[in-house]
Amino acid sequence: MMIKEPMRVYLDNNSTTPCDPRVVDTMVPYFYQKPGNSASRNHPFGWEAEEGVDYAREQIAALLKVDSKEIIFTSGATESDNLAIKGVFEMYKSKGNHIITVTTEHKAVLDTCDKLTEVGAEITYLKVAEDGLIDLAELEAAIKSTTILVSVMWANNETGVIQPMKEIGDICEKFGVLFMSDATQAVGKMPTYPKEIGVHLMAFTSHKMYGPKGVGALYVSRKSPRVKVTAQMDGGGHERGMRSGTLNVPGIVGFGKAAEIARLEMNADAERLKKLRDRLEHELTSRLEECYINGNVDHRMPHVTNISFKHVEGEGLMMTFNQNIAVSSGSACTSASLEPSYVLVALGLGDDLAHSSIRFSLGRFTTDEEVDFVVDKLVAGVNHMRDLSPIWEMYKEGVDLSNVQWSEH
Amino acid sequence: MAYSEKVLEHFQHPKNVGTLDKSKSTVGTGLVGAPECGDVMRLQIEVDPSTQTIIDAKFKTFGCGSAIASSSLATEWLKGKTIEQALTIDNMDIVEELALPPVKIHCSVLAEDAIKGAIADYQSKNGIAVTEMVTAN
Repeated sequence: MMIKEPMRVYLDNNSTTPCDPRVVDTMVPYFYQKPGNSASRNHPFGWEAEEGVDYAREQIAALLKVDSKEIIFTSGATESDNLAIKGVFEMYKSKGNHIITVTTEHKAVLDTCDKLTEVGAEITYLKVAEDGLIDLAELEAAIKSTTILVSVMWANNETGVIQPMKEIGDICEKFGVLFMSDATQAVGKMPTYPKEIGVHLMAFTSHKMYGPKGVGALYVSRKSPRVKVTAQMDGGGHERGMRSGTLNVPGIVGFGKAAEIARLEMNADAERLKKLRDRLEHELTSRLEECYINGNVDHRMPHVTNISFKHVEGEGLMMTFNQNIAVSSGSACTSASLEPSYVLVALGLGDDLAHSSIRFSLGRFTTDEEVDFVVDKLVAGVNHMRDLSPIWEMYKEGVDLSNVQWSEH
Repeated sequence: MAYSEKVLEHFQHPKNVGTLDKSKSTVGTGLVGAPECGDVMRLQIEVDPSTQTIIDAKFKTFGCGSAIASSSLATEWLKGKTIEQALTIDNMDIVEELALPPVKIHCSVLAEDAIKGAIADYQSKNGIAVTEMVTAN
C-alpha cells in the first residue's frame, strides 16, 4: 500500500520564497568549477567569478530599468536599509538631520532610524489611514529645510498595501529631498522602476523573489541626482567603496537569474496569483462570519491577503493546521512583549482584531488545489476555535464586549 | 517554537469544553484576561454544597495553544477536588505539567486566576466568605 505524504502547503511567501530550480541550477557551477573570488584580478578563476557577478548585475538592472553600476550588492534587505539610511545620514549631515518615514515600515527601517536619533537625527513618523496608506498632504507638511531623506516602503510585508510611490516621488522632487524605499516585498513581484518613480535609493533582497538567502542589493542613483552613501563596513572597498566584503558570488549569480525570471514572468505570475488570492478571500469570507480584510484592497500586492477572524486568536488558530499549512499571524503571542502586530495596530485595528489576523502570502509555486485545501482547513479551524472561544459565545448571545469589565493582565 | 506533547494533546483533544448554567447557585464562573491581550479564559465549576467538592468543571478559552491547554488541564485537576484543595493549585504546577516555556508562563497564571475567580464567584453567590480574591496582575 502506498503511504500518502501529508499535504504541506506554503503560504508564507512574504517571509521567504523557495528557490526557483532554474536559479539553483545557475548557481551550482559557482560552488565547484568556478570557485573564484570576483576581486581576484590575476587569474581566470577570479575573472569567471567577476563575469558571473557582472552578468547578474545586468540582469538585476534590467529588472529595474537602471544602470548596472547603480546596483550595490549586500547581504540582504536589512543591510541595504541600514546602508541607505545611515549612509545618507552620514553623507548629507551638513545639509540636515531630519528623516521622514512611516509607522508601518519594517523594523530594519524603524530601528535604524531610531538608532540615528542617538547621533542627532530627528525622525518624523507619518501615520497611515485605516487602509494603510499615508496622507500625501501630511508628508508634504512634514518636509522642512533640514529634511534630507524620505523613506517609504513600496509594499507592506504584512498587508501587501502599496503606497502612492509616484506621488511621493513627485513631492520629494519638488522639495529636493532624497527618496529611499524599502522595496523588499515589491521587487520581482510587480514593476518597480525607481527612475520613473523618483526613487533614489531602493533596498531589496533575493530570497523574496525565488532566489537564495543571504544576498540583497541597494539601488543607488548615479545620475540626476548622483547619490552617495557612507560605507557602514570598512575593508577592501568593494562595490564602489560603499560596501566592503568579498562578494557572495553563487548567491549573486542566483539573484541575477531570479531577477531575469521575474522580469519575464512576474506579470503572468501576478495575474494568476491575483485570481487565486481573490478566490481564497472570497471562499473564506463567504463561508465564515465576521472576517475582515486588513488594508486597502485596491492598492495591494496581488498575492497577499491579511484577514482577521473575529474572536479567534491567531496563534491558536494556526495550531489547528500548522502541521500542514504555513501562514503567519499578527498575533504576537510567542513574543515576550505580547504586543500584536504594530503594523495592524497602526491601521487602527483594535488589539483584539490584530491578535485575530492571519497573513496568507501566495507564490509562484502555489496551486489551485493547495488554495482549496487551505480554505477547507481554515474554515474548520476557525469554527473549531470559535466553539472554544468564550468571547465568540458572548458575542453570539448579544453581549456587548466593549462593556465587559476585563481583567487586563 | 515547538509545543510540548502535553500541550498538543490538550490542544487537539481539549477536556471539558463547554458552558455550565451560571444562574445556578452551585455554579461559579471565573472570567479572566482581555481580548486586547490575546487571551480570555472562562472557567466554571459546579460544587456539591454538602461536601464543598467540585463535581464538574468546564472551560472556554480564546487564546493560543498554551492558554487552551492550561485551561483544559485546570478543569481536569479541579474535578473531584474540594474547594480547599482547589485553592492550592499553583500556576507553576501547570507550567511543570505542560512544560510551558517562559514566554507562556502567563497562560498558567491566567488559569490559576480563573480557578480562583470561579471559586470566589461560587463563594460570594452562596454567602460564604471569599477565601482568595483575584487581583488583576
